[in-house]
Amino acid sequence: MSLNVNMSTLTGAKSTGGAMNALTLRLQDEIFAVEAESVREILDVVPITEVPNARIFVGGLINVRGRVVPLADLRVMFGMERPPADVNTRIVVVEVDLDGEPTIVAILADRVHDVTEIETATIQDAPRVGMRWRPEYIRGIGKRGDDFIIIPDMGKIFTMEDGKPSGSQEGVGL
Amino acid sequence: MSAADPTDVFRQEARELLEQLEQALLDLNDAPDDRDLVDSSFRALHTIKGSGAMFGFEEVAGFVHEFETAFDRVRKGTASISAELIKVALAAKDHIARLIAEPGKHAAAGEPILEHLRTVVESGVGHVPAPVAKAAAAGAPAAAAHGQSHGRSWRIKFRLPENALVLGANPLLLLDELRELGACEVAVSTDAVPPLDAIDPEVCYLGWDVVLSTDSPRQAIDDVFMFVRDDMELSIELVAPASTVATASAVAPQPSVALLPDINWKEPVPVVEIEKHRETSNAAGKTGSSLRVPAERLDQLMDRVGELVIAQARLSQLAAASDDANLKALSEEIERLASGLRDTTMGIRMVPIGTLFGRFRRLVHDLSNDLGKEVDFVTVGEETELDKTVIERLADPLVHVIRNAIDHGLEAPSRRVNAGKSGRGRVRLAATHAGAEVAISIADDGAGLNIERIRAKAVEAGLIAADAKLAEHELFQLVFHPGFSTAKEVTSLSGRGVGMDVVKRTIEGLRGHIDLSSKPGEGTTVTLRLPLTLAIIEGMLVRVGQGRYSIPLSAVEECVELPTDAEACKSGRNFLNIRGNLVPFLRLRELFKTKAPADPHQKVVIVSAGEFRVGLVVDQVIGNSQTVIKSLSKLHADVESFSGATILGDGTVALILDVSHLVTFGQNFESRLRDERIGRAA
Repeated sequence: MSLNVNMSTLTGAKSTGGAMNALTLRLQDEIFAVEAESVREILDVVPITEVPNARIFVGGLINVRGRVVPLADLRVMFGMERPPADVNTRIVVVEVDLDGEPTIVAILADRVHDVTEIETATIQDAPRVGMRWRPEYIRGIGKRGDDFIIIPDMGKIFTMEDGKPSGSQEGVGL
Repeated sequence: MSAADPTDVFRQEARELLEQLEQALLDLNDAPDDRDLVDSSFRALHTIKGSGAMFGFEEVAGFVHEFETAFDRVRKGTASISAELIKVALAAKDHIARLIAEPGKHAAAGEPILEHLRTVVESGVGHVPAPVAKAAAAGAPAAAAHGQSHGRSWRIKFRLPENALVLGANPLLLLDELRELGACEVAVSTDAVPPLDAIDPEVCYLGWDVVLSTDSPRQAIDDVFMFVRDDMELSIELVAPASTVATASAVAPQPSVALLPDINWKEPVPVVEIEKHRETSNAAGKTGSSLRVPAERLDQLMDRVGELVIAQARLSQLAAASDDANLKALSEEIERLASGLRDTTMGIRMVPIGTLFGRFRRLVHDLSNDLGKEVDFVTVGEETELDKTVIERLADPLVHVIRNAIDHGLEAPSRRVNAGKSGRGRVRLAATHAGAEVAISIADDGAGLNIERIRAKAVEAGLIAADAKLAEHELFQLVFHPGFSTAKEVTSLSGRGVGMDVVKRTIEGLRGHIDLSSKPGEGTTVTLRLPLTLAIIEGMLVRVGQGRYSIPLSAVEECVELPTDAEACKSGRNFLNIRGNLVPFLRLRELFKTKAPADPHQKVVIVSAGEFRVGLVVDQVIGNSQTVIKSLSKLHADVESFSGATILGDGTVALILDVSHLVTFGQNFESRLRDERIGRAA
């Protein structure tokens, strides 16, 4: 089972075979896959503390077992609608690498599916056209049955300076 | 736990000894005639040499041996102490530190230092015989012993403690060292060796009986056993004079040196004679009983206590909502225990700042040499205690500030004299408690900041407009801007425009503040204000809209109700009249873009940030609470108005306001609103 496929080798050498162990979750209409190894836990929705003037992408904080953890909404980065939480909403606590520093962050998921294996061979680079998302946020696109699974590049997403408050909430440099 | 690497122990010990050596050398610089200082430097050297050899740091032992030999002439009073000697001795001390830190890399660099040291010692010989005379007058044990001991035979019996081999002592080395002193006849005493089946190979059963003929004084023999002396059996006796009977009779009256033919091995013989200074140094090393604990264990303890405080807050909340008197009583009990535990734990982490100040003496000494400025360095308030982490992180910023004070602050001696001041500059480093903060000030009596030059430089760097009108303290703040430096010439020490901004950032990272004040011709004072601890603070919990925020209680001055007329007057002035003083206020609802409807009676929390007093308008003041500070992740590094977050009794997260940043933010926010309004009007 634990073929321990490193994400960074995934896109580089896809033909070596093997599979990626991934947690699949749904953000709006798309299925995303997060490397299962990086997932710490999955929580029901807990009270969220809003951080005034923070980027909308990381606009909240939650308490995970006595730890203050930033809550990120990937839907902001993928330009999706953000309906309020419902019974299926979950919080996935993952460890991401921020400039070489492992950091615990929580991400909102509209629904969490299951842990699955994605054949490395089926993973392709994100196409340059036919996609309204920034290609650097996507590590690759895998396939399971007829479904496409988006493998986001968490490191890039979290280190990008994007997602500043926009529109009416101007990005004031606090 | 006990499996610590012995070389680590040596490194740690050596570090302390080197520090001790450095302090003694620096003290000697000020008081060259103090024999105690010479002795304590020498002891430190000798211990480093001995334990260095024991732990296999041959380079260190070799180098220190040479250092010691040269320095010995100073101890014997045949060479004098000069500033030059102190300088090269300090360089030698640095070299030892390098040899220990990176064995095998720096050995070659040692010889020039030793050469220099020898030259300096040689040149110091003769022309100041004062210390010798003084020593002789004071009874001069060393010199006197030297005279008496000429060519005598000593009988040395010693037996090492049973665990000596386990602890790394090597009797062969001791015997070798004795041989170095003179001709030895060594006999081994095997009477304590048990039958074969009872022998523990790690135990040392042997005793030795050595007859040594030497010119060296008694002291030299004692020194051989310096490191094993504590538990060993040792007797040193004068046997028979090697040369003349006359010297023997001169020695005979000394009660401790009896001519006993033999001694009973069974009876542990206490060390016959212990020099006074060694007793005192041992006593100093063992004052009170203290314990060395790895820092991370303290941090873990602190984390646990933090969690306990959070859990306790939840318990109190439950108890408050309950009618059960027992639960209430228990909750109060736990609260008392938790706060006691918290205080004790924080106390463990407190370290007197003097440990840090000591390091700067060397810095000042070196700078004063390099720059040719004589500096009196005064430290005050060494006993002031601060959190260990704060102290560690303060070291670099303080180095910068002190460097600046000496390099830029103090004028050259000639200019000082022209200005009617003493040629010697003065830098004063002081620490004092001020409420929940510690203020550390670095004051020089130099020329003061040149406001015009700061302005010119700021205009040149494009930081301010050429015609900008700025108050003095605003101009001073520009010094902290990245890439700002007023030094006309870049020296090797400062003036590269890095420094003050880093200092400011580090201090703010510690949730502290930095202030600068200066008077032309009288000097500059940099004041750092730091919180006592980084872990837990008393906070005042307030509510703004749906969000709850904690304001550090140390910053809170008072709470008042927002007058209804001030509330109504939304467009114009935003200040209150607090007992005749104008206090501007910020509406946190506006700053935080709160959408929830405002409470009818808004409260104002008056906080102080530096020289400013500002009111923060909130919806509700909830009360005081223990706030365990959790830092925010990098993802929120751009949100500077919060210094961290904490977890409340009900398990939700509350943000901790960073008062000084909030005030700055509020100023920007208001000026932008003002500009917008003017823009709209135009």
